[in-house]
Amino acid sequence: MKNDIILSGVGGQGILSIAAVIGLAAVENNLYLKQSEVHGMSQRGGDVQSHFRLSDNPVSSDLIPYGQADLIISVEPMESLRYLPWLSKHGWLVTNSNPFINISDYPPVDEILSEIRKIKNNIIIDADTIAKEIGSARSGNIVVLGAASPFIEMPFASLENAVRKLFERKGEEIVEVNLKALKAGRNFTGK
Amino acid sequence: MKRLLLLGDEAIAQAAIDAGLSGMYAYPGTPSTEIMEYIQSSGLASERNIHREWSSNEKTATEAALGMSYAGKRAMVAMKHVGLNVAADGFINSALTGVNGGLIVVSADDPSMHSSQNEQDSRFYSKFAFIPCFEPSNQQEAYNMIFDAFELSEKYKTPVLLRITTRLAHSRASVELTGAPAPEKKLKLPSDPVQFVLLPAIARKRYKALLSSYETIRYDARIAKYNSFKDGKKRDLGIIACGIAYNYLMENISGSSGDYPVLKIAAYPFPNDLIKEIAGRCKELLLLEEGYPFIEDGLRGFLDTGTKILGRLDGTIPRDGELNPAIVAKALGFTVSTGKKVPDLVKMRPPSFCKGCGHADMFIALLEAVKPFGPGRVFSDIGCYTLGALPPYNAINACVDMGASVTMAIGAADAGLFPSIAVIGDSTFTHSGMTGLLDAVVKNSPVTIIISDNSTTGMTGGQKSQATGRLEQICTGIGVSPEHIKIIVPLRKNHEENVRIMNEEFRYKTVSVIIASRECIQTATRRKKTETSNE
Repeated sequence: MKNDIILSGVGGQGILSIAAVIGLAAVENNLYLKQSEVHGMSQRGGDVQSHFRLSDNPVSSDLIPYGQADLIISVEPMESLRYLPWLSKHGWLVTNSNPFINISDYPPVDEILSEIRKIKNNIIIDADTIAKEIGSARSGNIVVLGAASPFIEMPFASLENAVRKLFERKGEEIVEVNLKALKAGRNFTGK
Repeated sequence: MKRLLLLGDEAIAQAAIDAGLSGMYAYPGTPSTEIMEYIQSSGLASERNIHREWSSNEKTATEAALGMSYAGKRAMVAMKHVGLNVAADGFINSALTGVNGGLIVVSADDPSMHSSQNEQDSRFYSKFAFIPCFEPSNQQEAYNMIFDAFELSEKYKTPVLLRITTRLAHSRASVELTGAPAPEKKLKLPSDPVQFVLLPAIARKRYKALLSSYETIRYDARIAKYNSFKDGKKRDLGIIACGIAYNYLMENISGSSGDYPVLKIAAYPFPNDLIKEIAGRCKELLLLEEGYPFIEDGLRGFLDTGTKILGRLDGTIPRDGELNPAIVAKALGFTVSTGKKVPDLVKMRPPSFCKGCGHADMFIALLEAVKPFGPGRVFSDIGCYTLGALPPYNAINACVDMGASVTMAIGAADAGLFPSIAVIGDSTFTHSGMTGLLDAVVKNSPVTIIISDNSTTGMTGGQKSQATGRLEQICTGIGVSPEHIKIIVPLRKNHEENVRIMNEEFRYKTVSVIIASRECIQTATRRKKTETSNE
């Protein structure tokens, strides 16, 4: 089993929390993993990505080779397209539909979405609205993770355990709302 | 055995604690910052009261670590690659003094300049200083190497350099820890009372001893265990892979496409026999190095066996930038199947000021205040405020090295540029700006220094700034006339007044300092969150 995942978004959107959840779940499943992150200057509103590699064999490279990612999980639509060279022919692209516009030449959103629809396996989810509906506008990233969860080769229950572990020090309320967010994303893709 | 999921930086920090570290010294710098942060948040480090405060800069950190080593205890100092330039005086001379307690210097290189102004390769410092160097290929190796580095350091009484790069520093993997953490060393002065006294007569002796021990270290078992040769059936191509480059190689050849003779190098100085052995078997040698062509350059200069050398210098590998699996695949002659191209509509998204950042409001005022004098007179520095170089601000004309804003403004003023303005952050000012300010004061230089004070070391994630609460006193102490030390709050509502103050100080014919003070929005938000959750 090999699961190469690219996480993408804009600095400050919470892709490192998504990475932390997958990481905790991977440890629970005794998988080998390498997860490369971006720290430093780009975290100030620039594009950020994380390469996440899961396998039942030892992983060599910290970076995913081009054309080999099984999944792109993006919390921002334009950012999901930036990593297409990594996506394999059979790979899935799961992205939030809500743009994060902090540049003056941001392209029209409908053009971005139509580019995304050209990818054979794509899921576009309005994670912000779903997150607001369940009462936690800040859990959009976990909604996106939920939507991508069917393509992560680990039991859904491990992701739920990981969400519990990650948010437990913030209190039961935060844990519950994030579990709801995860489930809501999962249900969206399941439909 | 206990296993933890750790960043490369964290593996190094955990290993140092487990090896009986007594003092950690550092100045924040991407990608090295998390080493100190991990030790600061470690339970055992706090139980043992391991020294874990930030230093003013990499030089003071390195010298303090050397002092702890003098007193017989194990010390580690960490910095980004350009920090080693700042620390170079202490680093290079510490090879001559040697150490007492084990001393490790961690330098985190940033090839491809993700968050840096150059991509210098710290291995050159190792050779330059005659200091042995470890270059881990993965997180586990980084953990293991720390124990060997401390032992090597104490056995040969030498500092040891640990060179890592961004992808190791900021990549997480599972790391198996050793058993119980070793106890700290006891306070014990050096047996030779003049060991650390580098008077010429003593230094000459110590230098000869250094040259000789560096040759002995080449053959030490702790170096040998990290340099391994694995023969393969192929005779047309052999591969030398250093540090993390080895992973990219294995990503490509672990399957049936293997069978190349491979020499993995992760510790320096290594015996020349290793190179001779692989070169003797192959027609061509491919060098895979993350960073500069350090080994390749040496081979091309001296090896005249007819072996053809492929690497960064003949274009087989790009001359600059970090490696990746595709670059290595191409060098091996494999086809790389890339996914779809990035659509043209995808735009660049450079980093930018956070919403509510005081630096931004400072620049908006500065741009208006400087307008009457014309462009090209703002020297800036290293930090979040360097983003003032980007649109829509385009507000700065220089960013070179820590502290250079102040001294370049002085030089430009010496040449006749008036007004000449420096913009420097609070932490950068106490790192390397204060001595420049003294120069300005002593010669009455007509410069205005704006200290953009957000009360933290912002770019690296909000570490404690040595400057907090001290800036005004420091400037007065250095000799700036108190009526020309202006404190402003960079907020939109103060814009008119801030422009007026800046404009006045720009016109003033000797040194003035404007401290633009407003807490970093990131640290302020975090502080408020902790305060609420503690209520």
